[in-house]
Amino acid sequence: MKPITGKPTPTAPLTEKSNFAAEARTMAKKNIREYGMYIALFVIVVVFSFLTDGLFISSRNISNLLDQTGYIAVLAVGMTLVIVIRHIDLSVGYAAGFMGAIAAILMSDAGMSVYLTIPIILVIGIFLGLVNGFLIAKIGIPSFVASLALYLVFRGALLQVTERTGTILVEDERFNALGTGFIPDIATVGGLHVLTLILGAVFILFFIYSDVSKRRNKLKYRFEVISNTMFTIKLVFVSVIIAYITWVLAGYKGFSWTMIIMLAVVAIYHFLTSSTVIGRHIYAVGSNPEAAKLSGISVKKITFIVFGSMGLLSALSGILYTARLNSATTTAGTLFELDAIAAAYVGGVSAAGGVGKVTGSIIGAIVMMSLTNGMNLMGVGISYQYMIRGAVLAAAVIFDVMTRRKRA
Amino acid sequence: MSKYILEMNDISKEFTGVKALSNVSFKVEKGEIHCLVGENGAGKSTLMKVLSGVYPHGTYSGDIVFEGKIQRFGSISDSVGAGIVIIYQELALFPDLSVYENIFAGNEVKRGAIVDWNETIARAKDMLRVVKLDVNPDMLVKDLGVGKQQLVEIAKALSKNVKLLILDEPTAALNENDSENLLKLLQELKKQGITCIMISHKLKEVIAIADKATVLRDGHTICTLDAAKGEITENAIIKNMVGREIDDIYPKRSNKNFGSNVLEIRNWTAYDPALGREVVKDAGIHVRQGEIVGIAGLMGSGRTELAQSIFGNPKSYRIQGELLMNGESRKFREPKDAIEAGIAYVTEDRKGDGLFLIQDIKQNITAANLQAIASRGVINDNEEVKISSEYKDSLNIKAPSVEQLVGNLSGGNQQKVSLGKWLFVGPKLLILDEPTRGIDVGAKFEIYTIMNRLIAEGMSIIMISSELGEVLGMSDRVYVMAEGRIKGELPIEEADQEKIMKLATQ
Repeated sequence: MKPITGKPTPTAPLTEKSNFAAEARTMAKKNIREYGMYIALFVIVVVFSFLTDGLFISSRNISNLLDQTGYIAVLAVGMTLVIVIRHIDLSVGYAAGFMGAIAAILMSDAGMSVYLTIPIILVIGIFLGLVNGFLIAKIGIPSFVASLALYLVFRGALLQVTERTGTILVEDERFNALGTGFIPDIATVGGLHVLTLILGAVFILFFIYSDVSKRRNKLKYRFEVISNTMFTIKLVFVSVIIAYITWVLAGYKGFSWTMIIMLAVVAIYHFLTSSTVIGRHIYAVGSNPEAAKLSGISVKKITFIVFGSMGLLSALSGILYTARLNSATTTAGTLFELDAIAAAYVGGVSAAGGVGKVTGSIIGAIVMMSLTNGMNLMGVGISYQYMIRGAVLAAAVIFDVMTRRKRA
Repeated sequence: MSKYILEMNDISKEFTGVKALSNVSFKVEKGEIHCLVGENGAGKSTLMKVLSGVYPHGTYSGDIVFEGKIQRFGSISDSVGAGIVIIYQELALFPDLSVYENIFAGNEVKRGAIVDWNETIARAKDMLRVVKLDVNPDMLVKDLGVGKQQLVEIAKALSKNVKLLILDEPTAALNENDSENLLKLLQELKKQGITCIMISHKLKEVIAIADKATVLRDGHTICTLDAAKGEITENAIIKNMVGREIDDIYPKRSNKNFGSNVLEIRNWTAYDPALGREVVKDAGIHVRQGEIVGIAGLMGSGRTELAQSIFGNPKSYRIQGELLMNGESRKFREPKDAIEAGIAYVTEDRKGDGLFLIQDIKQNITAANLQAIASRGVINDNEEVKISSEYKDSLNIKAPSVEQLVGNLSGGNQQKVSLGKWLFVGPKLLILDEPTRGIDVGAKFEIYTIMNRLIAEGMSIIMISSELGEVLGMSDRVYVMAEGRIKGELPIEEADQEKIMKLATQ
């Protein structure tokens, strides 16, 4: 139906002369949680670089750090959605471990091709996620309990398939490359990985193109946009960061396959959650399930989708981890779920539901892994490491609660 | 000492801008049953909350004199300490605990730090005898019927040495038998010297047991009627309840052309498994195209349940009966089906199940019809801003932009967002459940004007409302509900406040 009196009155675009400082301030206020996290990450990087005499920021370490984050990061992405719809999934760690072991068995014992193994594992992952979804959405068991039960089941299943042989080696190099390999190079110039530099440039161009076209579209609708100065600063700033990271990575072996997969997962999920009807329904269910139901949204269907996706990402995590170790072990996946949950909370997901971005959770995962990595380089004892990471988790959530209270 | 056990003098209570009570005086004699009557929102519950310390001393003005002393209750436990116990309509029992544990919950029989269970059970049996409830005190409260649960509540009150017992609509959820027993018990307790205040909408009960009845209206004491002088009659009570002047704030509608039936339900019964009783009983209504049908009735009369059972039944009631949309028999399994058939439902509780408070205006407006601004499942953000801005303008939603969080808007503006969300669906039939509750007069008028425009565009509206003025001012036809049933249907020309109230309090 057309609105009663259909007459759009878009707000006038800001004049170029409008106060730059004031604009910066409103932007900062509006995005304080997001910016706060980037600043925190930046501080962590600077502090560790300083404390380790630059070792932390070295090409080799940054490359290693991002690879280490991979299998937790993909879990954190799925966990974000689970927490957004007010649930939790404790089973993802052993689900990943179990499916990693199945993958190893399929390739090593059954001699299955890697191109067949990976799709099969991903499908099994979706299926196991849907089992969780069934228990929660259809039967009505609290997700904490349902996923705890599956945690035990998967843990047992992992032991069952690995206890006879112990560690299962994976010899397929294409598979192992997912966890340890790097994208091939076309040439090396001055010790820099050229394909990585080209990809980095492509990312920058894509980012600029998409932001400019978004802005142009908004102007077509005659909506308010940020000022030209601010827009340029933003483009330059982000481009410089992408360029810098690319340059650092190119100094070692370039982008790894893990990084590419991680980027793809984030890009797909970011698009799904921020631009699609499904994504909007997920946030609607999280922010008020009753209202969502009355708006014609099927809460059950959304629960199934979110847990199915969690299962898929658990399988992916299991593949990355197995590939990284070149083997499946009896303890693979231990405590992954808690790392993923911590990453999501550090990344700004709200336990009350309806709030949280996948990009935030990725940053959260990188923050947590940076702490571990940096403290390892410094030789900090493991006992202190746990305490410090605990403190950071608490601090992030306290910051969350305080900024939200202030805005309310 | 004065004959009054309780005197509330000049009580005023304000909620940000709204005066809920103004200079209310309320006096209760020792040993009487005093009924408190009035429409929804007249101030009865607020007055009782002031008395019981829910609204502590200092948040209201005026004096509470109980047993000759001025009281300054800071909390409920203070008023309980003084011997005032209130039993709410929503019982405050622990369903998974036994009867005896419930009776002494928070008031345990202790020897030192240890609970003396044998003594507890013995005393519980005594209490049960007083309230004439013949059940084993070991039974779990959830296994008792509502009527018996009510008696457990009273036993619990008695265990605290109650001097003044307050019951808030004690018979609302009870069947006739249980109601009668309860009223008998109250008279029994009166003989034992317990004073009782009862809030009730059922005038027959009031007439049957009240010694005095005080009528509140719009936060004022209207009168206190005395049974001894023969003043408590149905007519007297109703006249005082509804005597308010109806302000002429209802915009007139010129064209009243009604088409064929858009919606009709026949022999409609909804059983709520959670409550274990029928919430709608054998209802039949119809709505014609271009018509505003008012559904009047008091709270708890089954109006919201009727609306939800029509709108895809989100609470999973067991439904019997027939529903016709444009003459065609339909069955809706979930709200989605009803929305697709052209029904929209603006809920009574906009914060609870209407809006996404942590989302912004545009996300709320498009929530029920995202397909309209998406292609292949991808949302066009700019289209969303454009459309929601159009609604923001046409509904006059006051906010700096459509990116404003809905939780930060005033009640009236929230209601307009709710309305916008459902208009965007393009419904043929709009069900409005208490459309103007908790919003100011200006916003009310705007909502009425919008309703009239929608009717002019060919929509039909069902308006559920507790405000008689609104029902009479806006409707073309009125149904009155009570106890889950349609008690009557009145063409607007024949409807007046007293007739409606008579049907609603049957």
